[in-house]
Amino acid sequence: MVSDMNEETKQAVLNYTIRLGDDAVVIGHRIAEWCRNAPFLEEDLALSNVALDFIGRARMFYGYAEELADDGRKEDYFAYMRDHREYQNLLIMELPRGDFAYTMVRQLLVDVFNLYYLEQLISSTDETLAAIAGKAIKETRYHLRRSHEWVLRLGLGTDESKIRAQKAVDDIWGFTHELFDLDELEQQMADAGIGVDNRSLQQDWSAKVKSILEEASLIVPEDSWKVKGGREGYHTEYLGQMLNEMQCVHRANPGLEW
Amino acid sequence: MVAMSQVLPLVAAAYSERLTRRNNSELTQIWDLLDQVTDPEIPVLSIWDLGVLTQVEKQQEKLLISITPTYSGCPAMDTIAADISSVLTAAGYQNFSIKRVLAPAWKTDLMSPEGKAKLHQYGIAPPLLNENCCSGQCFSIECPHCGSLNTKTISEFGSTACKALHQCLDCNEPFDYFKNI
Ligand SMILES: [Zn+2]
Repeated sequence: MVSDMNEETKQAVLNYTIRLGDDAVVIGHRIAEWCRNAPFLEEDLALSNVALDFIGRARMFYGYAEELADDGRKEDYFAYMRDHREYQNLLIMELPRGDFAYTMVRQLLVDVFNLYYLEQLISSTDETLAAIAGKAIKETRYHLRRSHEWVLRLGLGTDESKIRAQKAVDDIWGFTHELFDLDELEQQMADAGIGVDNRSLQQDWSAKVKSILEEASLIVPEDSWKVKGGREGYHTEYLGQMLNEMQCVHRANPGLEW
Repeated sequence: MVAMSQVLPLVAAAYSERLTRRNNSELTQIWDLLDQVTDPEIPVLSIWDLGVLTQVEKQQEKLLISITPTYSGCPAMDTIAADISSVLTAAGYQNFSIKRVLAPAWKTDLMSPEGKAKLHQYGIAPPLLNENCCSGQCFSIECPHCGSLNTKTISEFGSTACKALHQCLDCNEPFDYFKNI
């Protein structure tokens, strides 16, 4: 219960929750960019639905952040009124959507991560985070079923689809290490049984991703370069551009509801 | 392939539990009243049928209505909450609040058997029971138009988050399947 938390814990849970909201809203927006741009109608609907799941997930986290903050900042504030330096999403979420293969490969890597992450978050001692995780994991299982199937189709499809899928894997791989990094806040939350120790997810994630990539006859890259910084607010140049587009209506008409 | 009607029980445990809650409630007239509130996207289903209405309670003099969202991003929830308010207000109730509950998470096993029958008549294949089927892929989905089991998935997602798009290979008609989660 929020009312039982001391001020310090409340601030920590607030920051942790905002991060989870940031991850969801950023990837949700990236997927939503496919709306009316997807390769065919059914895929357009599917991507829009997945985007909606993520934006709904962001609303649950930001809604909880609103309750924790209890200072007048509403869910819309967290999504629309913060600059890129204040966003703390993982970098993999903000990468531009690229071509369809890039979008589906990123989705696979993120879906497998979310699967293991949410499985742990369900046992959070924080009731609200546990409830959100229980809701979100059902959707993630469904997302994964689809991203898995698409990566197989791309990897085992034409020469062109295979080349593009492999290029996507190679280009994104260096951003996956950040998923298993733990900073001070995350360590504190994991120790308190509120958050997840992401390092413990890496083995399962690697095994699952490798088996799917091999099934798709794609090559698992060697670990070489690694990028991180999202949790500290250091982003790629793409996030600022994305937020500019995502936030412009709200910033031009603050407080507008529709 | 086995027809699902031959092997599956019709009522899920999750639904039975919700039904018991309704039958044992002292506020039967409120549950009955809220049968008027329907899903804005599938108007044949009441929020009772859908499993969205989970609890009706009284705290002191205040009515507390609990609803649970189907999908995280389901845009129907705001409309449903507004419709509950209108129905209660029109019936003369003023002291009430609507609570959105996330846990336990909504699942299709919460739907009423009547609701599933209505879906079928409406042309949407109803969800299979989760307790019988893990991923919805071990049984064929029955075509709501001709009853054939010879059907295929066209897309995992249909016109709304809760539906997938299928096609009948006998009558060729495409149809929505209310996917089980
Ligand atoms: Zn048919």
